[in-house]
Amino acid sequence: MKIAVCIKRVPDTEMRFAIAPDATSIDQTGLKFDLSDFDGYAVEVALRLNEQNPPGEVVAVALGPDAAQETLRKALSMGVDRGIHLAAAQVPFDGLAIAHALAAELKDGGFDLILFGRMATDTGNGTVGPMTAELLGLPCVSAVSGLELAAGTGTGTAQRELEGATESLSFPLPAVLTIDEGIARPRLPSLKGIMAAKKKPVESRPAALGPIRLTIDKLELPPERAAGRIIGEGAGAVPELIRLLRDEAKVL
Amino acid sequence: MANILAFAELRRGAPRKVAFETVTAARAAADASGGGEVHALVLGGPGTASVAGQLARYGADVVLVVEHPGLEHGNPEVFAATIAARLRAGDYRAGCFPASAQGRDLAPRVAAALDLPLASDITGFDLAGEALIARHPAYIGKAIATIRLTGTPALVSLRPGAVTPVEQARAGRVESLEPALDPGQARVVVTAVTERAAARLDLGEAPVVVSGGRGLKAAENFKLVEDLAAAFGNAAVGATRAVTDDGWRPAADQIGQTGRMVSPSLYVAVGISGAIQHLAGMRTARVIVAINRDKDAPIFKVADYGIVGDLFEIIPRLTEEVRKARADH
Amino acid sequence: MAFDGVDFYQLDTLLSEEERAVRDTVRAWVDEHLMPVIADCYIEGRFPKELIPGLAELGVLGANLPEKYGCAGLNNVAYGLIMQELERGDSGIRSFASVQGALVMYPIFAYGSEEQRSHWLPRLASGTEIGCFGLTEPDYGSNPAGMITTAKETADGWVLNGTKMWITNGSQATVAIVWAKTGALDDSKSIRGFIVPTGTKGYTAKDQKGKLSLRSSDTSEIHLEDVHLPKDALLPKSGGIKSPLGCLTQARYGISWGSLGAAMACYDEAVRYARDRVMFGKPIAATQIQQVRLAEMLTEITKAQCLVLTLGRLKDKGTMTPQQVSLAKRNNVNMACECAREARRLLGANGILVEYHSMRHMANLESVYTYEGTHDMHSLILGQEITGIAAY
Repeated sequence: MKIAVCIKRVPDTEMRFAIAPDATSIDQTGLKFDLSDFDGYAVEVALRLNEQNPPGEVVAVALGPDAAQETLRKALSMGVDRGIHLAAAQVPFDGLAIAHALAAELKDGGFDLILFGRMATDTGNGTVGPMTAELLGLPCVSAVSGLELAAGTGTGTAQRELEGATESLSFPLPAVLTIDEGIARPRLPSLKGIMAAKKKPVESRPAALGPIRLTIDKLELPPERAAGRIIGEGAGAVPELIRLLRDEAKVL
Repeated sequence: MANILAFAELRRGAPRKVAFETVTAARAAADASGGGEVHALVLGGPGTASVAGQLARYGADVVLVVEHPGLEHGNPEVFAATIAARLRAGDYRAGCFPASAQGRDLAPRVAAALDLPLASDITGFDLAGEALIARHPAYIGKAIATIRLTGTPALVSLRPGAVTPVEQARAGRVESLEPALDPGQARVVVTAVTERAAARLDLGEAPVVVSGGRGLKAAENFKLVEDLAAAFGNAAVGATRAVTDDGWRPAADQIGQTGRMVSPSLYVAVGISGAIQHLAGMRTARVIVAINRDKDAPIFKVADYGIVGDLFEIIPRLTEEVRKARADH
Repeated sequence: MAFDGVDFYQLDTLLSEEERAVRDTVRAWVDEHLMPVIADCYIEGRFPKELIPGLAELGVLGANLPEKYGCAGLNNVAYGLIMQELERGDSGIRSFASVQGALVMYPIFAYGSEEQRSHWLPRLASGTEIGCFGLTEPDYGSNPAGMITTAKETADGWVLNGTKMWITNGSQATVAIVWAKTGALDDSKSIRGFIVPTGTKGYTAKDQKGKLSLRSSDTSEIHLEDVHLPKDALLPKSGGIKSPLGCLTQARYGISWGSLGAAMACYDEAVRYARDRVMFGKPIAATQIQQVRLAEMLTEITKAQCLVLTLGRLKDKGTMTPQQVSLAKRNNVNMACECAREARRLLGANGILVEYHSMRHMANLESVYTYEGTHDMHSLILGQEITGIAAY
C-alpha cells in the first residue's frame, strides 16, 4: 500500500506555557517541540498497515519551517520510508490555507490512503484533514478509532466515536482518514531507526499555501477561576457542602 | 441584518442538545446584527420534519428539512454537499455547526467545498462589519485565541456546552429541500450507529459530571461514583486518563486533554489529584467540587469547594445528602 | 509525570539532533517500561529480566559498536546519554547494559577474532545471549592483577579453575568473559580473556543475597571447577591486565554519564516535591534551607554534565585517556551520592518510602561508588597521573 501521513511539529506545552509579548503567539523560549500526539497515532497506523500489506511505502509530509524536518526525521526513525517538507516560515492558523498546499503536493502521488491526526494539539482545530480530502475529491472518514483494511479489496471499514455511540462506516480506497486516540500506541523509535533515518530521503520545496483568511488577533490566558476553598474535613463537612451548592453556587 | 444558517444535529431522529445550542447562537448573532433570519437545516430519514417545532422554539425562522431514507443514520457526503449547496444558494452571513463529532466532520468539508473561512471549536462569536470574531480555546485550553475571519459567509463550529440554549420562539416555517447528492451515490456509507448504554447521559450534555480517579483504588469502587451520579439524577460519570488507561473505565469516559472536554454546571472530582492533562478537560465547569485525602493535591487549586478526607467515608455521606436535598424539591 | 531532564546551561544545543533523539527515545522507554515496575522489583530484590527483549529491540546493548555486528553504531556521546537515561531509572538496569555492552561485547569486539565477533556480537546485541564479566575475586578487588584464577593449556584447549565474585548478570548469563592467568600466579602479563558458555560443565553461579544496594540487579559468585574449553575460547588479542582494564575504561565512561542520570532523577523529584509540599502555610520551596540544597544539586549536576559531554567528545575524537575517565567517574558518582542523599533529606519522612526514588538511588549509588574502581582508587589513579608516583 502507498500511504501518506501528514504530520505537524507542535510545541510541548506541558512544562512551560507563556504568551509572547506580541500577545498573538506563545513564548518559544525553552520550548521543546515534537510530533503532535494524534499524528503519532496516524504514523503508527500507517506503519502497521504497511507491514501487514506489503509491498508499499509510507511517506510523511510536514508543512512548516525548516525545523519541521526534525519532525519528519522522527517519523523516519519510526520506520517511515521518506519525507516531504513543504517549507513555510510560519504555519498558518487557517487550516484551509494548509490544506491547499497539502492537496497540491498529494494529488498526483497515487496514494491508497492519506492519514492525518484527528487534530493538532496546538491549535485544536481538526480541520486540515477533512479539508484536504474535500480539495482532493477523496472520500474521508474523520476521528477514526477503529479500522479494518485489506489492500486487495480496495475497501475498508472504520469506527468513530459519536457522543454516547459508535458509528460504523465503510469506505472505498483511495481515502483520507483522520486518526483518533486509542487505535494504536505509537512505537518508540529504536536507536537503529534513528541512525537509519539519517540516510532516508527528505525532499524540501516551498509550500503552495492557499489564501489566509483566519488570523489570531489576540492570544491570552483564560480567566482565572476565582479562588476556591477547602470547606472542611471528612464526612462531617458534607452538610456544609450541600448548603453551599444549594444556596451559594445554586447548582443543586 | 445578517441571515445565519444553523446545522441542527439529530440522533435517532431527535435533535441533540447541541442543535438547540447552535440555533440559539445563530439567533443571538442574527439579533445582534439588527435582525436577520435564522435558518435551521436538518437532515434525516422520513419524518424528520416533525422536529421543526422544537427548532422553532429556540429561534429558527425557517426550518429547512431534507428527508430521505438513505439519511436515516447520517451520511457525511450528502450532508456536507447539501449544506454547501444551501450556503451557496442562499444569502447567509454565517453558517453555524456544533463542534460535536458530526459537526467537526462536516464543517471543514463544507468550508473547503465552498472555499470559505472556518473557525473551529469556538466558545462564542460576534459579527463585526466585514469580519467575524470568534473565541477559541487553543493549546488544549491553556490559552484563549481571538480569531478574525474574513470572507462571507464565515463558518463556525461551536464547542458543545459553550452556549446555553434559550427558548425564544419563532415561526419555524418548514421548507423542503432535496439532498444535493443522491444518497445512493455516497462513497462513504454509515453502516450502523450503536448506542452505548441508552440510559446514560452523555458527558458533554449532562448538567452534572461526577468523575473518579486513582484515589478510588480499584475498578469496583467506581460504584461509589456511580451511586453519587445516580443521586444527582442528571449526572454523567467520567474518569481520568489514569483509570481509563488501566482499563477500570472505558476510554470514552476519559475527561482530559486527549479525551472529552466538558463544561457542566457542576463537576465533582472524586479521588482525582488534578494533573494538568485532566484539568484541561474540565476547568471550564461552572462549579468544581473536589474530594481528596491529600490537601496539597493540585485539584484543590481549581476547585470552588473542597473536602479533604477519606472519600470512602465522604462519598457515601454526600450521596445520601444529595438524595435528601433533591427529594426536598 | 514524564521526566523532562535537567539542562540549566542549555547543553541540549550542543547535542546533535540524533543524540537528542537517542536520549529522548530511551527516556520515553524508561518512563513507559521501567518506572512502573522498578519500585516493586527493588523491594523484591529482583532484576526485571522481562525487560531485556525490549531493551535489546531498542538497540541499547552495545550501542556504540558497529552496525555490521547488529549494533546501533552510535557515537560515544549518544552511548553516554543512553546510560544517563537508563540510570535515571535505576542503577541496576544501567549496570545490566554496562556489563552487556562494555564488559562483554566490547572485549569480544576489541580482543576477539572475526569469527568470535560475528558469532557473539549479534546474539548479545539482540539479547539472545546474556553476558557477564569475571574479573573480580573474593580477595582481589581493587588489585585485579593479583587474581588467582588459572587457565592451563591442554592438548585440545584450556582448563579454568577459580572463583569470581560480585559478578553482575552472573546467574542469568549464558556466556561469561573470564579473566585468568595462563602462567605463574605472580605473572600478571599472563592474564588472558576467555569466552565461557555458562552451561559448560564445572561452571556454577550463586546469587549473592542480602544486598542493601543495587537490589534490582543480579549479583553473583561464580565458580569454575575444571572448566574445559576449546582452543577458540581464548580472546586472541587479549594479554595482560591492560585488557580487562581497557574494558573497565569503557564501562567507567558509561558510569560517569549514568550516575549523572541518577542525580538528575533525585534533583527532579526534590524540586517537584519542594514546590508541592506545603508546611507552615507555604511550600517548602519557599524556605532558604531547601533552596540552598536545590542550588547545590543543580550546580553539581550542571558541572557534571559539562564534564561528561567534553569527555564524550574526546572519546569520539579518539584522544580520551583512562585517567580522564577516572576523573569523571570519581566526580560524578560522588556528586550523585550527595545529590541523592540531600534529595532524600528534603523529602522528609516520605523520602524513606520506595514510591519516592531518591533513597533507592542513594542506596544504589553506594555500589556505584565502590565498583568499577572505588572512589579512592580513582583518587590514586589521578594522584599517580599528577605526580608520577604510584601510591597504591
